[in-house]
Parts: sequence; C-alpha cells; structure tokens
Amino acid sequence: MTPFDAAIAGETSAGAWSGVGWAVARDLRLALRSKAELGVQLLFYVIVVSLFPLGVGPEPALLRAIGPGVLWVAALLASLLSLSRIFGSDFGDGALEQMALSPYPLPALISGKIAAHWLTGGLPLVVISPLLGMQFGLSGGELTVLSAGLLLGTPILSLLGAIGAALTLGLRAGGGLLALLILPLYVPVLIFGAGAVDAVRGGQSGGAQLSLLAAGLLVAIVGAPLASATAVRIALD
Amino acid sequence: MTSSINWFRFASPASFFPLAQRLAPWFAVSAALLAIVGIYLGFFVAPTDAQQGEAYRIIFIHVPAAWVSMFIYIVMAFWCAMSLTFNTRLAAMMAQALAPTGALFTFIALWTGALWGKPTWGTYWAWDARMTSELILLFLYFGYMALRNAIDDPRRADRASAVLALVGAINVPIIYFSVKWWNTLHQGASVSLTSAPTMARIMVAGMLVMAFAAWFYAIAVTLLRVQAIILERERATGWVGELAGAARGAK
Repeated sequence: MTPFDAAIAGETSAGAWSGVGWAVARDLRLALRSKAELGVQLLFYVIVVSLFPLGVGPEPALLRAIGPGVLWVAALLASLLSLSRIFGSDFGDGALEQMALSPYPLPALISGKIAAHWLTGGLPLVVISPLLGMQFGLSGGELTVLSAGLLLGTPILSLLGAIGAALTLGLRAGGGLLALLILPLYVPVLIFGAGAVDAVRGGQSGGAQLSLLAAGLLVAIVGAPLASATAVRIALD
Repeated sequence: MTSSINWFRFASPASFFPLAQRLAPWFAVSAALLAIVGIYLGFFVAPTDAQQGEAYRIIFIHVPAAWVSMFIYIVMAFWCAMSLTFNTRLAAMMAQALAPTGALFTFIALWTGALWGKPTWGTYWAWDARMTSELILLFLYFGYMALRNAIDDPRRADRASAVLALVGAINVPIIYFSVKWWNTLHQGASVSLTSAPTMARIMVAGMLVMAFAAWFYAIAVTLLRVQAIILERERATGWVGELAGAARGAK
C-alpha cells in the first residue's frame, strides 16, 4: 500500500512532507517511463543553443560575449516547452482532481510535482550547460558561475512556470498563451543569471547575483506552490 | 454593523451600476477641463527648455501616462485581491475594466518616450531601466487580458486572472530593480533623466495637472467600461431586463 492509499484510507496522517515525497516519487517514475519525452527537452535546449553561432557567425569574441545570454534564453524556452508536462496529463485523466480531494495538502503535492519536473527537466539542462558553454569559449570561472546560476535559477523557472501551467489548464489557447503569461515573469531570473557571468568577466565575484537568485528561489519555493494550488483549484471548479 | 453594510452596498453590481452611470460624466468633464488647462500650461505658458528645446514638451503627455500606467496596475491588483478575498463579482469587473486603459497608457508612455528619445538621446530605444520595465508592464497587461479572453466561464476568468495579476504585482518591483541593476552593470546610461536640470515650477504644475487629467480620464473610461461589463454579465438578472425594457419603451 502506498502512503497515498494509506492516507486515503485514513490509516496515516496525511503530512505535508509525505505528500511531497509521494508526489516526487510518482512523477519521477512516470517521467522515467517516457524517457524519450525527457530527451526531447534536453535536445531542444542543445539545438537552440547551437543555432546561435550559425545565426550570428563564428567569431570567438562575439560568441564569448553572447554565450551566457544565449544559454539562459535557451534554458527559459526549454523550461517553457516542458511546463505543460507538470499538470497536463494529470488534469486530462482526472488524477489532479483526486489529488485535490486527497487528505494531503494540495500545495505539498504540487511542490512534489514541481520538484520532479525540475529533477527531470531542469537538472539535466544544468548538467549539460558547461559543455555548451565551452562551445561558446567561456572560461573555467565563468562556467562555474554559469552552472551555479542555472542550478539556482532553473528551479525558479519550474516554480513560476507551474503557476502559469495551472492557470492555463484546459484552455484552447494553450502554449502561446503560457509564453505570454510566464516569459515576462522570467525576466529577473534571466537578468541575474546572465549577469552573474558578466560580473565574473568584469572582475567581480558574481556572488551578488547568485545571492539574489538564491533569495528568489526561497521566495518562489514558499509562494509558488500556494499560488499554483489556488490556480489548480480554480481550474478544477 | 451599519458601517459594514454601507461599505458593501456598492459591491453589488445592481446598486453600483447607477452610481457609475452618475459619476462617469463628472470624471469625464473634469478630465477634459484639466487636460485643457494642462495643455495650455504645458504648451503656451511653460518656457522653452534651455537644453532640450521644444522637444521636452512631450513630458506633459509622457510622464502622466507613465505614472497612470503603473498606478492602474496597482489599482487592478488591489481589485483582484478584493475579488479573490471576498469573492465579489464587482471587484473582478473593475479589474477587467481597468486593464485596457492601463495597457493604453503604457503604450502611450512607451510611444511618447521613443519620440522624446530621438531628438534628445539620438535614439528611439535605449534599453533604459524605466523603458524596459515599462515594456514588460505592457506584456503583463497583455498577458492578463489574454488569459481573461481565453477562459469562457467568467467566474473562472475572474479568479484565474486575479491570481495572475497578483503574481505580476509581486514581480513588478523585482523586475524594475533587476532591470535597473542590469542596466548599471552593462553600461551607464548615456543621458540620465535624474541629472536633468531641476524643472521650472510651471513645468511641474503642468505635469501634475496633466497627471490628474489622465487619472480622471482613466476613472471615467473605467466606469463606462464597467457599466458595459455589468450589463453583459448580469443580462440574465431581473434588473437588467427592466432596464432594457425601459430603454426599449423610451424609443
């Protein structure tokens, strides 16, 4: 018996943390069963990044200048592409409604879903980024800060994106609308993430930008699941 | 208890509708009068700027538009919070009625800013912190309206767009400061607005009068639009039916 069934049966108290753990485990298992889908997001990221040198020309100085921005914008787009995965199929087959009715707090379940989304979508992207950064001629110190920024920033993208994904559940306008809602909210993450690399290049540590990203992550971890849960309940009404 | 009853009396669309009907013309007339005074002050009384020449006079449109565009977003977020907290229909209708006017003023601010930038800075667009955050504000307005339009059920549209507006409202200061720091990190702005010579008192007066004109215009238009929204969404109710019947009888 899974903790979920047990909680429904009223045998265990439905604690928030066990709700998070259950949702992470469930969504991870589901995601790993369709590995092709996970690969698509990563490939999308790699391809978008690889298109830029073809578009702007192969001069190393130029590529080095635009590298961090390109990687970050591509990360934003890759995150956007995969957002419908968080709630889409669960909304379609009614699982989301069951979760809303379950004794677990809905924000906890949603936190777990977002965490699983980041682990399967954001984390691989962070891991492969140094390799792509090298293609743009970034130095070791810049690559370290770029990865640290992505590590702190991509969870924010998943968290903010979940709000947008929940708000647009079941709407015909779908993907384009989601981009319109979410991309403006991604702006600070982009600025601080790419700005950290620029700061290293300018002889600073980039610590200020990373601290701001970390602060943003903490705020998003607290606020985004609550907002997403509200939005999910609105969509299910 | 009596005070709370008074507070919520106009929260009902049926009792707010006549109030909006009565107030809208007053705000419209005040806006027109203030605009006449403001334009007169700005274009005939205010002296020519020593550095910027006549081109500076666009601030009499630009600055009020920018102020009102940001102020409307705050008011909209306030009504959205009211709508989510008290679950009142009218608060959501007010937010819905405010959004297009807010987007209009944001657009005017951007447009006039570009026209002012060309003779003054030598470029229409400069990725200045204020311009960039104003542009993002425009996207936020568009996102709000697009989400509303995409949802057929008005109650769901109310609540979903309210969540979006509130998330956006939390983000607006973050966006502003992030863009500001980004701008200073990349390069100093070639011309700063704040280093401009202190303005003559008459210029400030003209700008303030124009700001009130823009504000009153926004209120008048919002009250007009909210009347249309109320009629459209309450069309199944008895009082709207009576109103329609009376209008038909008058013809």
